[in-house]
Amino acid sequence: MPEMTLVDSVNDALHTAMDEDDRVVVMGEDVGVNGGVFRATEGLHDSYGEERVIDTPLAEAGIVGTALGMAMYGLRPVPEIQFMDFIYPGFDQIVNEIAKLRYRSGDQYEAPMVIRTPYGGGIRGGHYHSQSSEAYFTHTPGLKIVVPSTPQDTKGLLLSAIEDPDPVMFLEPKRVYRAVSDDVPEGHYTEPIGEARLAREGEDVTLIAYGAMHHVAMEAAERAADEGVSCEVVDLRTLVPFDRETLEESVTKTGRAVIVQEAPRTAGFAAELSAFLHEECILHMIAPVQRVTGLDTPFPYTLEEEYLPTPTRVLDAIDETLTY
Amino acid sequence: MAVADLEQRLDPQGEPTGDPPSLDEDELLRIYRAMAATRRVDERCMKLQRQGRIGFYGASTGEEAAAVGSAAALDEEDWVFPALRQGGVMLYRGWSLEKWFHHLFGNEEAAEKGRSMPCHFSDRDVNQVSWSSCMATQLPHAVGMAYAADYQGDDTVAAAYLGDGATSEGDFHTAMNFAGVWDAPVVFICNNNHWAISVPSEKQTASETFAQKAEAYGFEGHRVDGNDVLAMYEATREAVEKARRGEGPTMIEAVTYRIRGHSTSDDPSRYRDEEEVEDWRRKDPLHRYQKYLVMQDVAAPDDFEAIHEEIEAEIEEALAAAEEGSPPDLESTVEDVYDEVPPHLADQMAALKNQLEE
Repeated sequence: MPEMTLVDSVNDALHTAMDEDDRVVVMGEDVGVNGGVFRATEGLHDSYGEERVIDTPLAEAGIVGTALGMAMYGLRPVPEIQFMDFIYPGFDQIVNEIAKLRYRSGDQYEAPMVIRTPYGGGIRGGHYHSQSSEAYFTHTPGLKIVVPSTPQDTKGLLLSAIEDPDPVMFLEPKRVYRAVSDDVPEGHYTEPIGEARLAREGEDVTLIAYGAMHHVAMEAAERAADEGVSCEVVDLRTLVPFDRETLEESVTKTGRAVIVQEAPRTAGFAAELSAFLHEECILHMIAPVQRVTGLDTPFPYTLEEEYLPTPTRVLDAIDETLTY
Repeated sequence: MAVADLEQRLDPQGEPTGDPPSLDEDELLRIYRAMAATRRVDERCMKLQRQGRIGFYGASTGEEAAAVGSAAALDEEDWVFPALRQGGVMLYRGWSLEKWFHHLFGNEEAAEKGRSMPCHFSDRDVNQVSWSSCMATQLPHAVGMAYAADYQGDDTVAAAYLGDGATSEGDFHTAMNFAGVWDAPVVFICNNNHWAISVPSEKQTASETFAQKAEAYGFEGHRVDGNDVLAMYEATREAVEKARRGEGPTMIEAVTYRIRGHSTSDDPSRYRDEEEVEDWRRKDPLHRYQKYLVMQDVAAPDDFEAIHEEIEAEIEEALAAAEEGSPPDLESTVEDVYDEVPPHLADQMAALKNQLEE
């Protein structure tokens, strides 16, 4: 198996999907000739031509809105929004049109499409190249939300998303686009949407994270182990619908949970997970759920490392649950 | 800048101007029938709403020619992305009145399973995707659908309808721009009915015409008498043929007038003079077309009465069937959010059912 970075696994998945299925088209700003600003679509234009790899006009509502029309007609569009921070002009199309088409048409029309977008901080991108705004979309029935953290999962989940009959938002942790690599199987394979991955087994506390924060959780678990604390780490992978069984099982076992998200704290996805755990596992819990999150501020430029959750902050939260 | 001439085939007295239409007698009568059906169905539905039997209605009185004339220029396989006042398009395309009323009553038997409020007609059988209530959002869909048809080698055309108010939305400009850049086989049909609820079209745009907006996006815009059904037919036919030849999009501004309020929730006496409405009543598209059909010996005045009686009988029959319809099952509330009901929705439904049974 070749070793690949996360962004290369995105690219490999797109090549695989386009090779297998003529209905798959890739579209967005700079995705064609330029191969994408992060090179996620590198080589697609040469291989599949400008009709299937479309350099669109610069308008997010147009990108996702026309993609929906293509999906209605039977294509499998994979529109890219260059940065998640730029997605809001397309927000209405996503939450009111794409998410609701199947429901409001009584299942006559469907929207099988994947909106890929790099999200999150840590690349010195300031307010408008760093946002982690998944919670706006997890609140919208009709969308599936996938956030991979490893190259192997990225390829398998992206191929699943492209085959999925429902619209999927595929949030790529750009901070680790090139910072993580692992062995990625060649050719076609899928990872199931809606299933978390138990990344590390442990006994004392469950760490729950997704995307770039999964790696922060893993480092915290490593350091906790040095101090004799055994952490179980769940890589959520899918936010909607999230894997309730794995979370319930793990927290029932450990009795403690720390959730890590880089998005602002208030009404973030960690709050939903926390509510779920308190509703379902309260009799097994030794301490209240701890959240390690970004601040309720716009994303800062110079102080981004202070803003983002770190292994040290996660260790503090672990300590809170152990000493409760 | 000179205002583009208003394209007409019939003068307000129903006298033909210019070339005769490229339609035979059966087609001319089918058009009349759909226009008359739209008028009568609208009248019946307004009453149903006043009687509290349906929740909402938006009539297209005065705009029947714009809908039916353009619909007559489409082929069966073409797709329709309507706005609020395109009921006549579906009636022309053979959609049954029974389905119409099932939809208005929110019945399980409705094509959309009773999920949408009235006047959001959608049916795969006639390739119509309903609008969503949000303005202009259907336009990018039409462009994408047209792109996909072209990509797949089909010669299907998208008809994308909107009102004058929708031209102020970003999605209108985005859709027009994408359509122009892609040379997409789409026809934008804008009913300039002069009012977006209470806001007159001169507060909507500083452009001389709505049609001229197309020029900025690199394609033709035509300003057509929207109360002249033959002009609407011919303009749309030319645009559709052009799109099918792979020569890209066209915009048609149908100059017409919204005779009634925006919807049953609106009182137009708050913002416009009845005199203006009366002026437009004199330009009624149905009367004009009737005069033409009589003059051309396609129909005699008695024929219209017979058609109207037939339509009234069909309305009563369809209405009776819809009143016998059923509300959707409670469980269907969580269906079709996704292809399969996910566990969290199944649990929410189970909890709701328990609560309702208590």
